[in-house]
Amino acid sequence: MTVGLVIVSHSAQLAEGVAELAGQMAQGKVAIAVAGGTADGALGTSVEKIIDALNQVDGPDGILVLLDLGSAVMATEMAVEAFANEQHHHVVISSAPLVEGAVIAAVEASIGNSLQEVAEAAASATTLPKVHDRKGEEKDY
Amino acid sequence: MPITTEDTLRWLHQVAVVLHENREFLTQLDSPIGDADHGINMDRGFQAVLDKLPTVAGMDIGSILKTVGTTLVSTVGGASGPLYGTAFLRAGMVNAGKHELYEADVVDMLEAALEGIKARGKAVPGEKTMVDALSPALLAAKEAEAQHLGLSQLLRRASEAAEKGMKATIPLLATKGRASYLGERSIGHQDPGATSSWLILKTLADTCG
Repeated sequence: MTVGLVIVSHSAQLAEGVAELAGQMAQGKVAIAVAGGTADGALGTSVEKIIDALNQVDGPDGILVLLDLGSAVMATEMAVEAFANEQHHHVVISSAPLVEGAVIAAVEASIGNSLQEVAEAAASATTLPKVHDRKGEEKDY
Repeated sequence: MPITTEDTLRWLHQVAVVLHENREFLTQLDSPIGDADHGINMDRGFQAVLDKLPTVAGMDIGSILKTVGTTLVSTVGGASGPLYGTAFLRAGMVNAGKHELYEADVVDMLEAALEGIKARGKAVPGEKTMVDALSPALLAAKEAEAQHLGLSQLLRRASEAAEKGMKATIPLLATKGRASYLGERSIGHQDPGATSSWLILKTLADTCG
C-alpha cells in the first residue's frame, strides 16, 4: 500500500487534470481520487464529494489531501471530521500549491514513503522557485 | 412569549423566501469582490432546507436547526455552506431537546453560531465577513438580555446591530475568502456574507419578535 491522494478543486476539470498529471508521475502505484465542483456540476466544493473521494483511497498508510482555493479548505475540514469519525486512518490536509504539491506527493507516495514524508515533501512545493537562471537564482526578465 | 418550534419553522420558511427575493442582490454584492455566487448558493441551500422542513415538523428546535446545518453543508457549494452549516449545527447543539427558546437560549444560540463560524473560518471581527454582522448582534442581544428588555426587543436590537455591522464592512479591506485575493479592490463594497447574516437575523426578528 501507499499513501492515498485526494485532489479537491472548485472545478471538476481542474481536479481531473491535476489527478492526470500526478497519476503520470505515480506510474499507477498511488491511489488518487478527485472531488471537483459541486454535486450539480457547478464551480464550488462539495463536502459529500470529498468524503466519497476519501473513502475511495482509504488505506492504512493514510491520505494526503491537496486543494485549490478558499472554501475548499473549509469543505475539506468538514469532510475530514466526518470521515475521521468513521475511519481511523490518518488524513493530512496540505497547504501546498495544488499542481506542484500533487506531483511531488505522487512521486513521494509512489516510492512508499510515509504520510508524514509525503506531506512534508508536498509542503516544500510552497517555496520551490519555478524559474531559474544558471546560478539557481530566480530569473529577472 | 418564547420562540416555539412553530415559530422556528416559520422563521426558516421565511428565510428561504427572503433569500430567494435577495438572490440577485446578494450575487451583485458578490460579483465585484467574490465569485458572484453567494445569492445563488444561499438560495439553493435554503430551497433545500424548505424541502426538508416537512420532515422535521414536530421535532425539537435543536434537531430542526441541526437538520438545517447538515442540509446547508451538502447543498451550498461555496464557503457559506461549511460556515452557515457549522453555525446552524452549533446553534442546534446548544438547543438540543428544547421546544421553546427564551432570551438566554437565543443568546446561547447566537453565541454558538458565531463561535462556530469563527472556528470554521478562522475569522475575527474586522476582516469583512459574516462575523462583522454577527459579533455586534450577539453583543446587542447580551445587553438586551441583561437589561431584561424582553425577547421581541432582544431580536430587534440584534437585527439592528447586525445591519450596522454589515454597513460597516463597506470601507474594510478583505483578508478572508475570495475577496482577499483582490486586496485594495475589496474596499468600498459591502460584504455579501455579512448581508446574508443580517437578512437571517432580520427575518428572525420579523417572524418571532
